[in-house]
Amino acid sequence: MTGKGSPKAGARGSASRPKSSSSAGSAKSNKSAKGKPKPSAGKKEEAAPPASECAPPEDIFPLVLTSKTQELFQCRADEDLTQENPYKLLRKEDILLDVKTRGVVSDFQPFKQLVLDYPEEEILLVYDRDFKYGNNFYLVGSEEKKEQFLHPPEASTQEEEEEAQEAPYKPPESKLWISLGSEVEIEDESIKDHRQKICFKISRIRREFGAPVKFSDHSAVKEKENYVECPSYQDKTFNIKQMEKNAGIQAIPMLVEASTQTKWKYPKNACTQYSAQEFSDEEKQKLFTSKSLKDFINSVSIRFEIALQQNEIMNAFIDDWKVLGEEESSFGGKTDTHLKEYQSFTDLHFSKNKAVSFVNWHPSIPGIIAVAVREKYSFEERINFSAKLLLTHALILIWSFSDPIHPQLLLECPDDVYCFEFCPSDPSIIVGGCMNGQIALWDISAHMERLQSTRTGGGKHAPAKATSLPGFEDPHANDTPVMRYCAVSSIESGHKAPVTDVQWLPDYYEVSRLGTPVENSSGMCLQIMTCSPDCTVFIWDVRAPKAPLSQMTDRKKAEEKRLDILHEIPDTFKHLDLTWKPLIKVALPKLDGGGEYSSMKFSLVDSHRDTWIHGNVDKFHPKTEKLESGIDYATLRVPSAKNLKGQSDVSTKFSLGTEDGELVYADWKMEKDNDTGKLSSSKPSNCFVIHDGLLNTVQRSPFFKDIVLTVGGWTFAIWKEDIMSGPLLQSCCSQKRCTVGHWSISRPGVFFIGKEDGSIDIWDLLEKTHEPSQTQNICTAPITCIKPWIMSSRQHLLAVSDEQGTVYILEIPWTIRHPSNNEKTSVSNYFEREVKHLQYFEARKLFREREKSEMEADEQKRKAEAVPPEKTAEQLEMERKTEYEEYLEVEKKILIQVGILQEAEEPLPTV
Amino acid sequence: MAEVEETLKRIQNQKGVQGIIIVNAEGIPIKTTLDNPTTVQYAGLIHQLVIKARSTVRDMDPQNDLTFLRIRSKKNEIMVAPDKEYFLIVIQNPTD
Repeated sequence: MTGKGSPKAGARGSASRPKSSSSAGSAKSNKSAKGKPKPSAGKKEEAAPPASECAPPEDIFPLVLTSKTQELFQCRADEDLTQENPYKLLRKEDILLDVKTRGVVSDFQPFKQLVLDYPEEEILLVYDRDFKYGNNFYLVGSEEKKEQFLHPPEASTQEEEEEAQEAPYKPPESKLWISLGSEVEIEDESIKDHRQKICFKISRIRREFGAPVKFSDHSAVKEKENYVECPSYQDKTFNIKQMEKNAGIQAIPMLVEASTQTKWKYPKNACTQYSAQEFSDEEKQKLFTSKSLKDFINSVSIRFEIALQQNEIMNAFIDDWKVLGEEESSFGGKTDTHLKEYQSFTDLHFSKNKAVSFVNWHPSIPGIIAVAVREKYSFEERINFSAKLLLTHALILIWSFSDPIHPQLLLECPDDVYCFEFCPSDPSIIVGGCMNGQIALWDISAHMERLQSTRTGGGKHAPAKATSLPGFEDPHANDTPVMRYCAVSSIESGHKAPVTDVQWLPDYYEVSRLGTPVENSSGMCLQIMTCSPDCTVFIWDVRAPKAPLSQMTDRKKAEEKRLDILHEIPDTFKHLDLTWKPLIKVALPKLDGGGEYSSMKFSLVDSHRDTWIHGNVDKFHPKTEKLESGIDYATLRVPSAKNLKGQSDVSTKFSLGTEDGELVYADWKMEKDNDTGKLSSSKPSNCFVIHDGLLNTVQRSPFFKDIVLTVGGWTFAIWKEDIMSGPLLQSCCSQKRCTVGHWSISRPGVFFIGKEDGSIDIWDLLEKTHEPSQTQNICTAPITCIKPWIMSSRQHLLAVSDEQGTVYILEIPWTIRHPSNNEKTSVSNYFEREVKHLQYFEARKLFREREKSEMEADEQKRKAEAVPPEKTAEQLEMERKTEYEEYLEVEKKILIQVGILQEAEEPLPTV
Repeated sequence: MAEVEETLKRIQNQKGVQGIIIVNAEGIPIKTTLDNPTTVQYAGLIHQLVIKARSTVRDMDPQNDLTFLRIRSKKNEIMVAPDKEYFLIVIQNPTD
């Protein structure tokens, strides 16, 4: 230990400390005096030298502080002074005091002189944890060092920063060149002559100049003294093979510069105006009459005729494969040909136990269907239940595809509605014919947005909830709104029997008060035609009539009645309510005199041209644009008949089906009877009794303007209007009654027949005409209405309603909705053939009649001729006998001639 | 002249014939049954085509010559018979 101590002390001594010897001595004494810290200090000392043998710098004085001293000066190791904070400033006075009090024992004893010499008041004590200088503490002896310790890094950085900021740019100054010895090398490199050059002068004796020259031959080879040869020899020293060679290759593209000079041409717009060369008329005439032209034409015309006729005979360029292929593609599997159910609508509340009387698709909003329901009571039952019926309202339900459970809108009707139609030019106006003979008008424009929004599948109930406060909710907010009719016709002047058919007249003509078709300047459908089994057909106008005095009283009455009417009803048709009278009444006297026809359904010849063939939404758009401005029907007036232009190209005829199964062609045009001055309608032109029951459908084909389908009783028939002899096609009696029929709107030769047992027959005229091409059962109740509709090119729907209050929406499969190639021409050809068939039949009939009459005439003639006298029996026998004998003789002669019979020889005379 | 008229009428009365034009060798119409602008257009265009067709035929075989040219299009057929001095153009709509 002591050994260790002394070299350390010696090492310390080399650092030229003044107190080295004394410190060594005091260290020893310290160690001997304090036993406890001794071993630890000793250990530390042992550890210290191997760790760091560095000599402490001049101002650093390592010392050991005992724990007592540490407590005294509050510099306990690892408590007051730590690794991070190893500095402690000790006051000089304290140290001196300690030295005085404790004397030799004090740790600071060896440094007493230092402390005394120390200029400042406080001396820095640094905790040397790592024993950098050999002890656990060290004193910093100099002021500068102290400063350095306390503020080392900051100061330096500060100085550096300042230097960086303050250094301005100084341009380089030229300085004197200091030689570093490179001149010697340069001198060495240069070549200098070291020795003087030797100079030889060679001259020849003068007298030898100009002497004659004597040339002689001399062999160069023989005497080898005259020349010095330096033959080449193989010097081995130069026979070194180069083993390695460094070569560098750089690949660069060939750079070629070339240039041409061209003339710059830029695009310029240029135009010329010309007119074709033409001959003047005289020249043309001259040429025309020339002989050359004549010859030319004669020679060429034959070729032309051949070619033209060729074209006429056959189309040489048709692609047979393609034409063949199209028809085959419609061959699908059995499952593809059935009507698939898409949706069905039935309302438990409103349409239970009621029959659906009519179904109609909304013309412009896709997916909205209106259904009219009626009670199923017979007439007697109605009378019995009349009290109950008065309380319940008759309704038209409007359904949307987005909600199959709740109808979107309910329209209240004065009585059960048998038929109704949307106005084609304004789809928010609906006219309906009721059971009591009235017709009613509804205006649903207030609910149009609701219908349109539900169609797009928006949240029907969510928005209502979102905007309502709890507690203030309207309990009826989510109920189906009920709309009352805004106008009904006057009861006295309307029909006396249920209105069975109602139709809007097309918008390109209107009927004047005189009963003639005139031009419709407004372009909207404003007139309605209705028929009813009370043998009348009425034409109504939606506009207010000119106000004659009598109507004023009616209107007053109407106004009074309307006082208690709810505000929700729109005022669109206020001018008509309860005072509405038909514009024209068409009577239908029977052809054969007795009575009138009780009309059930009718079909106008000139109804909506081409507007509903595809039920296309687009076709209504141009009209709805006109309506954006809003029409006030109340302000429209029926124009005076004189001011309107007559429209002659409009046909005023219509086909009518009656209760007795007759089909009548009538004309609603009113003619002025010259004698009485009254307007009266002409008699119907034709009447056919075909069906065994009342006609429930009279419908024009959407593809052919003169083909009409009639359905009634157990049969249906197809008619062509010009043919007066009979139907083109009449079906055989089916097992069940046919209740309704409808043409397909996409295929000219297809139509649907609904039956009493709830099944639908699909007839395809091009496939079979003796039976339906397909039958499908839809429900168990009789079918009351069939309406097809085209939603999109891929989806054709068929609405079928039955007597149990349900409406089925079926999807028409591709085979039934897609027309084959040239289907329209094929069907029209079929009809033409049928027409010819009928005509032939007629002709045959006539022929047969003629024949028959001829035959009868002949017979009569024969009877009229004289009867020849009868011969008696005897005479007859005599005649016969003589004939027989003659015959025998002839026979004999022939036989002898032939040789069969030999003539009997005369016997020889006897001798 | 009456003969010419008669022949033309005969051709015109064939089924589907829409028009007849007689054009001279330079492409200037002489007689036509169509309206003037159409005639001029047809005459100019068809004249060029016929010249081209004729030169094609002759190039392949100098002994050969164009007798009749029929152009069938979607809507109709144009028939041209060339000659030394005149062309006759007939437009027909063949039966569907």
